[in-house]
Amino acid sequence: MLQISHLSKLFHPGSVDEKIALVNVNLQLKPGDFVTVIGSNGAGKSTLMNMISGTLRPDSGTIHIGGNEITNLSEHRRSRWIGRVFQDPMAGTAPHMTIEENLAMAYSRGKSRGLSIGINARRRELFQEQLGKLGIGLEERLRAKVGTLSGGERQALSLLMATFTKPQILLLDEHTAALDPARAELVTQLTQRIVSELKLTTLMVTHNMEQAIRLGNRLIMMDGGRIILDIREQDKQHLSIAGLLGEFEQISGHKLSDDRVVLGT
Amino acid sequence: MMNSLLGALESGMLYALMALGVYITFRILDFPDLTVDGSFTTGGAIAAVMITSGAPAWVSTLCAFAGGLLAGTLTGLIHTKGRINGLLSGILMMIALYSINMRIMGKPNVALIGEKTIFSSVSPLLLMPFVVLAIKLLLDLFFRTELGMALRATGDNQRMIRSFGANTDYTIILGLSLSNGLVALSGALIAQQSQFADISSGIGMIVIGLASVIIGEAIFGARNVFFATLAVVLGSIVYRLVVALALRIEWLEQTDLKLITAVIVIVALVLPTMRRSWKQKAVARRRSLEIGSEAERNSVGGGL
Repeated sequence: MLQISHLSKLFHPGSVDEKIALVNVNLQLKPGDFVTVIGSNGAGKSTLMNMISGTLRPDSGTIHIGGNEITNLSEHRRSRWIGRVFQDPMAGTAPHMTIEENLAMAYSRGKSRGLSIGINARRRELFQEQLGKLGIGLEERLRAKVGTLSGGERQALSLLMATFTKPQILLLDEHTAALDPARAELVTQLTQRIVSELKLTTLMVTHNMEQAIRLGNRLIMMDGGRIILDIREQDKQHLSIAGLLGEFEQISGHKLSDDRVVLGT
Repeated sequence: MMNSLLGALESGMLYALMALGVYITFRILDFPDLTVDGSFTTGGAIAAVMITSGAPAWVSTLCAFAGGLLAGTLTGLIHTKGRINGLLSGILMMIALYSINMRIMGKPNVALIGEKTIFSSVSPLLLMPFVVLAIKLLLDLFFRTELGMALRATGDNQRMIRSFGANTDYTIILGLSLSNGLVALSGALIAQQSQFADISSGIGMIVIGLASVIIGEAIFGARNVFFATLAVVLGSIVYRLVVALALRIEWLEQTDLKLITAVIVIVALVLPTMRRSWKQKAVARRRSLEIGSEAERNSVGGGL
């Protein structure tokens, strides 16, 4: 489904600030894979996400989604295949527009936007039904401005919007990190349910070790712009936080240094 | 007095189209577009030159609208493809348009006296309410379409709407184009109403547009697009009323108008911010007093 080959990226090449962001990264996701990504600060997790979504272009290497090469496609063109939820709850929605307007815009993903009216009775019904599934009462507030929602509500809405049109790849970029523990847990549960219901191929960056182990069928660990550990299916079920940290130290030669790392909840 | 009020109502409606254009860039796209000062004159210039050379008034007016669309498109291209700061893109286009307007007109002032204009057969006071209302409603409708929503989202959260597949370069160009089209249309109508086009007629137009938008929003509110565009139209009329009243003061000159406009905009922008900070301070003072007295009540025993 997602195929990344020999992907490399340097920041500020040739200057004193030169920084290796990604070195020769190879990654293949099968349809329905739910991969969690962990790693220290500057390991290249966000760069990888930005490269897939098109905010950044690689220096070398290729990215394919379902057989289409997207390496140099502009962000808005490739977005028909990619759903994304950002860490910042403000980032995934338009605050001065209503919930139903936001959903209508998500609904138009991958279609050309013309002069047909964005919200009609049939769509509104669909929106209501989908919002109802979130179970947080947003279906009663279709005409509320998104700016009036709480961070958790916004993230739940962002998640729904990102997955609305069943994208081929779902990118979750620490999407629960900015929420308080109760809200984060709610959004995590929603994520789990939506991903498994729609069988979405998902890549999720997280700082929460416990979450990284609990969710998904595969876990990769990054350090210094490389994927240093790739744990699949059965092996992942027997993981423990201590074991994971030990493994990291053994391979990378240093402790997992992350000022925000959360060991568990 | 009655006459000057009717005059204010009339020019308020004529300038309302320009204010709607400014609303699109300033409020919806969040893009302070200074092209307006140039494209307003462009509209008047195109209409005046075409009418004096014998073209039908309505064709000339439509061509003026198209000229504005083109000017806005160019500003959009400079900004998105040339990656030049938005404010600077507008200024560059405004300056370029000065020369272009001069080329169109051939001289600094083109008179329309005795020519057949749109207002030759029907008074602006009768025609303009319908024109303004129709354009306002069309805009409202447009902003509810998928394309219109993408345009609004571009001003609200560019990253988000890009991640849903909208080409934000395109929506920015579209918004600027539409905005300057309306501005030029207003310029064309004003030229026909005042029976001349002048090279300097656009100077300060952006500030007048802003004043209309801000006054309208402050008085009539703007909870959604429908009310916001209504507020802009009414704001433009109120602005003209204020100006008409100000000009009745004996020691004020016609040329003081731009100073008055600037002051109105500054006051309208500063007042809400100050009111909010006063309110916040008052709440903070009250709360800290409450907490202080509570702490006193709950403290056990004496201090040191």
